[in-house]
Amino acid sequence: MAENKFPSPHEIEAIPGTEGWERMYPYHYLFTTKDKERKEYEENAFWFNDALHYPEPMYPFDIIWDEAWFLALSQFNTRIFMIPPALGIDHRIINGNVYITPVPVTDPEEVQKRIPLFMERAGYYYENWDKLHDQWEGKMKGIITEIESLEIAPLPDMEDISVVKNGLGTSSGYELLKNYDKLIDLGILCWQYHFEFLNLGYASYVTFVDFCTKAFPDIPLQKITQMVAGIDVILYRPDDELKKLAKLAIELGIDSQIGDDSKDVEVVISELSGSENGKKWIGAWDEAKNPWFNISTGTGWYHQDVSWNDNLNVPLSSLRIYIEKLKEGKSIDRPMEAIKAERKKLIKEYRGLLKTDEDRQTFDQLHGTSELVFPYVENHMFYVEHWFHSVFWNKMRNVASIMVEHQFIKDTEDVWYLSRSEIKEALWDLVTAWATGTKGYGPLHWPEEIEWRKGVYQKFKENRPTPAVGTPPEVIAEPFTIVLWGITNDSMAAWAKLKEIGDPDKVNEMEGFAGSPGVVEGIARVCRSVEDIGELKEGEILVAPTTSPSWAPVFQKIKAVVTDVGGIMCHAAIVCREYGMPAVVGTGQGTAIIKSGMKIKVNGDTGKINIER
Amino acid sequence: MEKRHDYVLWFEECDLESIPIVGGKNASLGELLKANIPVPPGFAVTTKAYNLFLEQGNIKKEIFKILKGIKADDVESGKKASIAIRALIESTNVSDDLQDYIGEFYRRLSKKCNVPAVPVAVRSSATAEDLPGASFAGQQDTFLWIRGVDDIFKHVKKCWSSLFTARAIYYRAKMGFDHELVEISVGVQKMANAWTAGVMFTLNPATGDRSTIAIDANFGFGESVVSGECTPDNFIINKITDEIIKKSISHKTILYTRDPESHCVVKQNVPDERTDIQCVVDKDAIALAKIGKRIEEHYGKPMDIEWAIDKDTPGKAKIMILQSRPETVWSSKKVEPVMKARSSALAHICAGLVAGKKVN
Repeated sequence: MAENKFPSPHEIEAIPGTEGWERMYPYHYLFTTKDKERKEYEENAFWFNDALHYPEPMYPFDIIWDEAWFLALSQFNTRIFMIPPALGIDHRIINGNVYITPVPVTDPEEVQKRIPLFMERAGYYYENWDKLHDQWEGKMKGIITEIESLEIAPLPDMEDISVVKNGLGTSSGYELLKNYDKLIDLGILCWQYHFEFLNLGYASYVTFVDFCTKAFPDIPLQKITQMVAGIDVILYRPDDELKKLAKLAIELGIDSQIGDDSKDVEVVISELSGSENGKKWIGAWDEAKNPWFNISTGTGWYHQDVSWNDNLNVPLSSLRIYIEKLKEGKSIDRPMEAIKAERKKLIKEYRGLLKTDEDRQTFDQLHGTSELVFPYVENHMFYVEHWFHSVFWNKMRNVASIMVEHQFIKDTEDVWYLSRSEIKEALWDLVTAWATGTKGYGPLHWPEEIEWRKGVYQKFKENRPTPAVGTPPEVIAEPFTIVLWGITNDSMAAWAKLKEIGDPDKVNEMEGFAGSPGVVEGIARVCRSVEDIGELKEGEILVAPTTSPSWAPVFQKIKAVVTDVGGIMCHAAIVCREYGMPAVVGTGQGTAIIKSGMKIKVNGDTGKINIER
Repeated sequence: MEKRHDYVLWFEECDLESIPIVGGKNASLGELLKANIPVPPGFAVTTKAYNLFLEQGNIKKEIFKILKGIKADDVESGKKASIAIRALIESTNVSDDLQDYIGEFYRRLSKKCNVPAVPVAVRSSATAEDLPGASFAGQQDTFLWIRGVDDIFKHVKKCWSSLFTARAIYYRAKMGFDHELVEISVGVQKMANAWTAGVMFTLNPATGDRSTIAIDANFGFGESVVSGECTPDNFIINKITDEIIKKSISHKTILYTRDPESHCVVKQNVPDERTDIQCVVDKDAIALAKIGKRIEEHYGKPMDIEWAIDKDTPGKAKIMILQSRPETVWSSKKVEPVMKARSSALAHICAGLVAGKKVN
């Protein structure tokens, strides 16, 4: 690891024209040289750019989820489950990009002290997993119902008479402040629940991975994942719903009315409502919307990641791909039986190759636990990042439109350039002015500030962040760091190598994780977001920053995938394994180096990509 | 045709039950074929053929007369006897009917391989091989690149006579084995005319990982790989899923091939245009690995295998297994559990977390 040199976090300079950017983010996210102790801590830690969650720089508002998981993940490691060697994950921001570092317990005695505590606390969760998990699902559905029914109402010129007659004693202004707080609080709460199981889920998975790689040094990580992955994963449901709807359309003979992408969803629906079969189909379509169309077209982490429900043309377009496939006589179903059989075979044969009874016992223990926890690891995302977030962003848009109405901001989409605490302050400004019957100060302050921030953000976007800063560690104990970011010597070395080459036009080989096996050669198509997928042609290789479940239909069209971010468990890797097509994920800079139209060779066995120049 | 079964048998017709008449080596080739493992085609000349030869040539009596003359503690007399017996066997003609059987099989073998007068290996296959401590079996000879019926007869006789090397005679005398009861069969097998060849382990020799098949390959005969004279292409294949996990294509400088005139094995430079080319295509590497897996299943233990991809044999049988023996390095290591056994998954998880993951 010593050969991989990364800059000191304090060396990174502001991009010209963005000076003062720091005020867009929480003050404690900044690297500092003011205090010697803090400076040394920052220099000696290894901070890597969390490009998995944030392929783009942070909007001041969107950092809410970063703060939420900063707290939630860390508290479960440090204070709740007492993970013996690992505390939380610390966060910083440089030029709009989030950098994180796992914080170890450095005192060996302290580690020992934490062991019995961990055994008791984690043990309780593992032992009562199903019961607690059911309870979790209830809690999640509860807060989703709460946020869905949360009303963010505009401020009236005069309060309704009912306020008087009911003796309400509060105003709409107060309600707005209260409900904004409630909205933010539900978001933070949702992220508390998000990590209730995840830390333990990953810890269990990491231990199984560790055993398998010790017993079988050559075992590809994806085979281990296949041995524990769920078959019936909620994240596939939205896509499955589309497949069902495609079949139903053909069955009812209304597929031709669905037309092609030149036909807007509203036109399609209004035409279909003219016939009996059309109405039947609309019924099924409407039923699928809640909750399944709350799937985000992105990762759900950014406000711009609209859900299918936000833009019904997105699922409709995907549905058309399925209809087309069905009409060509092709199967669109996931090969479930084959997946199950493959999984069974892997478990049986790897177990069969173990040499001792002790090993078989350990295998059974760890495989059993991993299998128990893994569905949560796979499924929680639908509840949190997709369903909850999709509702949340739209509630925030309600807040924003009130701010637009009062001229605090010019456009609802400007609200993301304010942090959540700035919005709270602005709402106080707005509400007190409304209450007082004066003009708020906001309209004089925020539009100008937002213009400046937009410029800064644009410059952040044009800048390619350094993958890591600080001093690489020798050992990582934090389960998330190991699994999620796939932070390994190899990937870091590969990134450092790319950096040395410098000129992206000269790179002809790059490396990532072997996400799904197979070797394929073909024409690359770079899609920066799900909106670009219309450009994909049959048989091309998709090159994307990352993919999410709403990209699912494109996997029917392409023959391999390359992503910038993601480990073995990322969406692209999971889906490619299902479809049996090669994937190389976590290449670091795939979309920067590969251009649409280039001929590339994707080797999902080795994780290598060759670019023909 | 009924009688030919007594004297010559295709390898396909041999199995463990036929060891008394075809010997251990030929029987095991038959067993491999039954397990669907491709070996170069060929046939066995049975022990009955050997006996027929001794009887028809009227030399049996003479041989045992010579043998009676030796003294168990006199090495010199054993040597003399060996020379006399071997000369006797090698100078006696093979009778016409036996010539017909063997000659006919050799012609059919050549036809099968699409090569006129196909070069073969002629090697002895002793029936006593399986006797404990009967290591003299290994002393018997193998003759490579033999062509034409006359040379076949000549070398079959040499194999027969190899039963009477001084060492073998001495050994039997010492161990008290009856010379008359020891019989010998001969195998006649197509030489693999390797386009590429190498070795295959049904585990990873570097790590001992039993979920892996490791293949080393170079152009030409396997000698260049076995001897380590050349850095071979290397394939690491997942035994369970038959996927190539890793492959390293090397710069291959030399190869061994057969000189078409002298029929001797010669060392050559690999032609420039081929030095950096993958010498076994992925599909064949995977097919080879599947065969490796079957061999391991057949013997029930990790194996060390020599293989070749043949230039001559048409159709599917082009991959050939030349030798297979149990792997010894990892298999003889003391087996230790991968991880210390613990009472629960949680105990493992806790220990794993405390140990952490080394980044290096």
